[in-house]
Amino acid sequence: MTSSSELLSVVAARELAGKRTVFAGIGLPTLAASLAHLTVAPDLEIVYESGVCGAHPSHLPETIADAVLITGAEAVLPMPALFGYVLQGGHIDVGFLGAAQIDRWGNLNSSVIGDWHSPEVRLPGPGGATEVMANSREVFVVMRRHEPRSFVDELDFCTSPGPDRALADGGKPSGLGVTRVITGLGILARGGPGEELRLVARHPGVTVEQVRAATGWPLEVAGDVPVIEPPSEAELRLLREDVDPERVYLR
Amino acid sequence: MPRPSPDKTMSLREAVAAFVHDGDTVALEGFTHLIPTAAGHEIIRQGRRDLTVVRMTADIVVDQLLAGGCVRTLVSSFVGNSSAGSLGELRRRIEHADPEPLEFQEYSHYGMICRYLAGAQRLPFYPLRSYAGSDLPRVNPAIRKVTSPYDGEQVAVVPPLNPDVTIIHAQRADRSGNTQIWGLTGIQAEAVFAAEKAIVVVEEIVADEVIRSDPNRTVVPAHAVDAVVECPRGAHPSFAQGYYDRDNAFYRAWSGISKDRARLTAWMAEWVYGTADHAEYVAKLGDGFWAGLAVGEALSEPVNYGRRL
Repeated sequence: MTSSSELLSVVAARELAGKRTVFAGIGLPTLAASLAHLTVAPDLEIVYESGVCGAHPSHLPETIADAVLITGAEAVLPMPALFGYVLQGGHIDVGFLGAAQIDRWGNLNSSVIGDWHSPEVRLPGPGGATEVMANSREVFVVMRRHEPRSFVDELDFCTSPGPDRALADGGKPSGLGVTRVITGLGILARGGPGEELRLVARHPGVTVEQVRAATGWPLEVAGDVPVIEPPSEAELRLLREDVDPERVYLR
Repeated sequence: MPRPSPDKTMSLREAVAAFVHDGDTVALEGFTHLIPTAAGHEIIRQGRRDLTVVRMTADIVVDQLLAGGCVRTLVSSFVGNSSAGSLGELRRRIEHADPEPLEFQEYSHYGMICRYLAGAQRLPFYPLRSYAGSDLPRVNPAIRKVTSPYDGEQVAVVPPLNPDVTIIHAQRADRSGNTQIWGLTGIQAEAVFAAEKAIVVVEEIVADEVIRSDPNRTVVPAHAVDAVVECPRGAHPSFAQGYYDRDNAFYRAWSGISKDRARLTAWMAEWVYGTADHAEYVAKLGDGFWAGLAVGEALSEPVNYGRRL
């Protein structure tokens, strides 16, 4: 039986084929990047928000700043270098982000549900997500739950704007914004500025109508949406035995 | 012969009493690693009020300072219990103004970094590419735009941050404040240089010769430091690379503790108000506890700085 963490990790890992640098947080992105490193992207370098480049951890890290990421790493950079030179300097191919809300253009909210000044729920906020969105070549979003309250017609608050919003505000965005959204129902994708997210693939047993119903805007659909190849024995074995043998994130 | 350096060592109680005043802007930095928790607890014990607390990743120590009634304003780019859940006291203050409203100034991480960079260099602002199209400038009027005098591009700027006092935790320093950090070096140096006064809390104070044997590892030079405090295990529940590991179990437990005001009050009574200083807190946790966070050795290869023959 494949769990949803395993499914999302495998699908996200496949999307990293051929990528060189990925800016990843802990959890599913780490699993995906580690699996990609063993499969479709052997030269992939994972850069962590804490400043670690080229980690060689002896154990699976529990935080982006886990001590096991430091010992044996190729480089550990201070914050101005990591955010200024690496990220804003344009060295990241793919940034991984999560969010509480996403809209059809791939703009993200990780700050509040409700009004910012007196929110119903105060969320952790931007962290480095604003910078990851503004400066990565492209952004992958992993959302375990695909439902109308997170895939919204209008964000309660825009923490991390994609290039369309940035352009409209007089900015000069350098990246494509969100290009892939990997969810428990399938994959939404867009090519870059001016394009809406479209449903491009669905997991086995999921119907297009089901995804439409779970999305809070009229979702565009790419032709006859193919079914995603389920995780292979080999992918699952690597994930379970090599990437996360202690089941820190795999559930 | 090198001149003898001034001795700036003092106890944490003395340092907080001397350099942290009611109404001050206090920066506590350390990005997951080396969080100055012991200093935060001492600020709570001494009952400081109306502080503006500045911290990029406002996590457990900020929730505790809020619970201690020390904070009027929070300046931050991330307000969560790391990846382990929520900050209960912070959420009560922001979502319900309970027991009173919290003035909150929100930035992104690089926005905070740029504020420190401007502050450290005494510049009027610092430009960054982050905020075009974001709602952050709408709720934070300090984030503004300027036109580049070179090509007319509109670019976001943030104001300098100059805390009254910055407190950081580090692995080691000499008596005058030459401070060495390895592992994650975060934003500590910039936060110290941006401040009017700086307190450095360290795992150990070492002989001058130890620091001078490896000057490239000195992240903060003594001239930027006003007080040096030796306080072993002062970063718990965060970690000090090479000294002790992160207490992940406590991070997970905190979300539950802080969600319930009664549990939080009891925790504060026992562990902060109920301990005279950090040494008592460490002793109360006990040797068996600390053995569980012990780390093994992974020594770096020495480098040859060379000397004139």
